[in-house]
Amino acid sequence: MGNVLLSVIRRDLLLAFRRRADVLTTLFFFVIVVSLFPLGVGPEMKTLRLIAPGVVWVAALLASMLSLQRLFAADYQDGTLEQMLLAPHPLGVIVLGKIVAHWMVSGLPLALMAPLLGLQFDLPPEALGILFIALLLGTPILSFIGAIGAALTLGLRGGGVLLSLLVLPLYIPALIFGAGAVEAYIAGVNPEGHLSLLAALLIFSGLATPWVTALALRIAME
Amino acid sequence: MAFNLFKYSSPASFYPLAGKMAPLFYVLAATLAIVGLYISFFVAPTDATQGEAYRIIFIHVPAAWMSMFIYIVMAIWAGLGLILNTRLSSMMAQALAPTGAMFTVVALITGAFWGKPTWGTWWEWDARMTSELILLFLYIGYMSLTAAIDDVRRADKAGAILAMVGGINVPIIYFSVKWWNTLHQGASVSLTRSPSMAKTMLLGMLIMAIAAWMYSIAVTLSRVRLLMLEREKSSAWVQEVLEKKS
Repeated sequence: MGNVLLSVIRRDLLLAFRRRADVLTTLFFFVIVVSLFPLGVGPEMKTLRLIAPGVVWVAALLASMLSLQRLFAADYQDGTLEQMLLAPHPLGVIVLGKIVAHWMVSGLPLALMAPLLGLQFDLPPEALGILFIALLLGTPILSFIGAIGAALTLGLRGGGVLLSLLVLPLYIPALIFGAGAVEAYIAGVNPEGHLSLLAALLIFSGLATPWVTALALRIAME
Repeated sequence: MAFNLFKYSSPASFYPLAGKMAPLFYVLAATLAIVGLYISFFVAPTDATQGEAYRIIFIHVPAAWMSMFIYIVMAIWAGLGLILNTRLSSMMAQALAPTGAMFTVVALITGAFWGKPTWGTWWEWDARMTSELILLFLYIGYMSLTAAIDDVRRADKAGAILAMVGGINVPIIYFSVKWWNTLHQGASVSLTRSPSMAKTMLLGMLIMAIAAWMYSIAVTLSRVRLLMLEREKSSAWVQEVLEKKS
């Protein structure tokens, strides 16, 4: 079973590597959205420091949502997905592999880039570390929950907008705890509680959502 | 002859039953609403601290209760439809969604009307109001997903998964939002404590709540009848019904 997982991850990473532009588009979308806020709000550093965690997190939510459509779309179009459904291996494991690979090319770069963006907002160095850890724990949650939405809207007209309608409300707990961790640190409160809850959400969504996504895929391909 | 519980899980036999039951529930809803509104506006005393403005809770609280309760019922019907593959269960889920969304909107609007004189603001980002808003988003997501899928079977099943995932998420969202902001007066109706409001106020609110229940049942039955006709339009029993009508 571990073999299946690894080979799915390797395959999806290879495919993503062959289409590097896609990965970079998501990352630059994230950078641009975050950079727009000082232009809209004004360059006052005190305000920017206050809104920084929320801005970075909301931008991460939007960026991860935009990349979700690619999770199953290509495999759906060329028929690979159908073969995956027919494969003797548990579909949940295959889906888990796809989600992990998707996170490595869409969520991980965001987490790595976030400290740099935090500097634009004059966050103190330790807060940058917390922001990085929170995003490292939080972006996989976005990929896990988002996968359900991506499977449900597979091949539908207007799938992209619909996907955001389904998935964004479900992202709210991750947003609250993720941005909350950084805000708590800046306010002088220990952010461990927020991070622990974020980790709990990660474990729960990691265990449950691949199977729900697998069910949704079977319904979509019926 | 044993009573067959599953007889009415078939649209052909449920359609006439729903047709007989719906008017009954409409009458009950109207009667209870008139009695409830009379108690709310003429019998219940003026609140000592909030004045007359508090009377909006006679609409607000039942609407908020129904908005949450209908989501749970909807998720259960949708889940039954997914597991047992019964057509009628999925239709019930779809028939409930607009009513639930309507009550959510009513709860939000009346909440704003109550908040303005009491708190001095139309909107406060507190746990309950924020959760109610997110609940509205969940309803809208469910309705848009089922509306976007042309294949009825896929729409039912995809909607069921979304409703159940949303249902699991509702408590997580509620507690995360509550943690995020805990500024709110405590719940004034609770099952563990004796209620801190006058008896007539509580009576008015309970009657209004039951009226909201009856209305939800009535309107859901009417809607599910239309859904049955639409989905089974090529079947023999629908043809019979339509011939009888014309």
